[in-house]
Amino acid sequence: MTIKQLSIFLENKSGRLTEVLETLGLEKINVVALTIADTSEYGILRLIVSDPEKARVLLKEKGFSVNLTEVLSITTPIEAGSFAKALRIFSDENISIEYMYAFSLEKKAMIVLRTEDTEKAIVAIQKHKMELVKGSDLYEF
Amino acid sequence: MIWNKSRECLSRDEMRSLQGAALSELVERVYYNVPFYREKMQQAGLHPDDIKGMDDLHRLPFTTKQDLRDNYPFGLFATPMSEIIRLHASSGTTGKPTVVGYTRKDLNTWSEVVARTMTCAGIGKKDIIQIAYGYGLFTGGLGIHYGSEKIGAVVIPVSGGNTKRQLQLLQDFGSTAIACTPSYALFLAEAIEEFGMKPEDLHLRIGIFGAEPWTENMRKEIESKLRIKAIDIYGLSEVIGPGVASECMEQSGLHINEDHFIPEIIDPVSLEVLPQGAKGELVFTTVSKEGLPLVRYRTRDLTRLDSSPCACGRTLVRMEKCTGRSDDMLIIRGVNLFPSQIESVLLEMSETKPHYMIIVDRKNNLDSLQVEVEVEEQFFMDKISQLQALRQKIQSNLESALGLSVDVKLVEPKTIQRSEGKAVRVIDNRKIV
Repeated sequence: MTIKQLSIFLENKSGRLTEVLETLGLEKINVVALTIADTSEYGILRLIVSDPEKARVLLKEKGFSVNLTEVLSITTPIEAGSFAKALRIFSDENISIEYMYAFSLEKKAMIVLRTEDTEKAIVAIQKHKMELVKGSDLYEF
Repeated sequence: MIWNKSRECLSRDEMRSLQGAALSELVERVYYNVPFYREKMQQAGLHPDDIKGMDDLHRLPFTTKQDLRDNYPFGLFATPMSEIIRLHASSGTTGKPTVVGYTRKDLNTWSEVVARTMTCAGIGKKDIIQIAYGYGLFTGGLGIHYGSEKIGAVVIPVSGGNTKRQLQLLQDFGSTAIACTPSYALFLAEAIEEFGMKPEDLHLRIGIFGAEPWTENMRKEIESKLRIKAIDIYGLSEVIGPGVASECMEQSGLHINEDHFIPEIIDPVSLEVLPQGAKGELVFTTVSKEGLPLVRYRTRDLTRLDSSPCACGRTLVRMEKCTGRSDDMLIIRGVNLFPSQIESVLLEMSETKPHYMIIVDRKNNLDSLQVEVEVEEQFFMDKISQLQALRQKIQSNLESALGLSVDVKLVEPKTIQRSEGKAVRVIDNRKIV
């Protein structure tokens, strides 16, 4: 039900981000989604990739600090307001969202989110018949 | 003006004789009252009767900061606590501070040697002295305070920091002398300009500076910017605090109060006593202290001695301005710091200590301390707020352990240089010696 997201600690120095992406590229690991949370001195790079376990080992070998975090992903139809509808459900169900990122694909929009209570979020998603994206589907992108 | 001619102007022979008698008495006192010294002497096959005078000094065992730490807090005291009326403390090599204790007689001795120091520096009862050294466990503030009172000067116990107030007092109280660290003096000099004041409007004529190393160039800068004579003083809490040695108006070496603190210079590696004039590690034997007398205490400060006559009239042996240390201790804003203290704090926070690097700099005459810590996997969490909290926690743990403000920077693993031999833990960008 959950998706494994890579989080990587990066200093605010030029070239760090490039090195991560080049390492993954060389081993033919696809980056499906990416976001960076930053402070003035460092950032956390979050990636959804096609082979999270392999990516983690590769990046660790290169000396990066890497974690795998469980996140959830849902899709919504491409129409104005569909995103708001999804978020309204989470807030009504008292599910707090730590962070999220979203992007549009051809026919749907995809939201990746991290909540404090993954179990509770999955229950809410199923109850309101939202479309949950499975890891295997995502990794195939 | 000389505070105590009967001790400061003895002939070299008279001094040696006086020291010899005091040494003999000291050794007997510590042998019977301090188990640590009795054991050490027995191990060396020595008995108090074997120490008859100065020629026997080299036979006695050394004392180090580690010994003080191992006997924390009062293990090396030579008198019962009922006779101790003051405690002070300074940074130890790791968690525990170094504790020093004083009897009433010790406090009188301390006032006496600081009174000599003030007089040596040209300060007298007509002066108004602003004491900008920290008051508290640090011996700087109270040490200078008692000596200044003894000479009858007007004492302003302002303590450190609060620059605006320092300047206001300099102006409104008309202070003629100031006591603080040399880098703070430069900091004040610039603050004077920023606040739109002029040094000519102040009444300052002398400054006594110590607690950290400083160069001749810094001295010239202080003297020209503040329009004062900048006098170097030397002391350390283990020996007594400020009052161990002081420059006279000749400004060519610091006169050591050697009737109380017998100096030697040793080779820090072989521990052999070096001949007069050779540079090496300064060692003190405190013959008159009652509470915490020390035998051949290794200061780790590097200098040389000169017993030739001084134009001021004092015959007390002179030491050269200190040019470095034989250990890894740093002095930051006048506070002693050992890299191992930082290691202790980091070790407390996790099982395996992360790689770290201490970066010391000096900006606008104020020392700054930054500690880079590698974010190894055990520390890395996927939440900015948690990383920030970690950084804050390391910072506040360090600040409370060191007594200094620290800037902690989180860096990637393997980015801090590794060395093959002894770990390099400090990058000191200041150019002070």
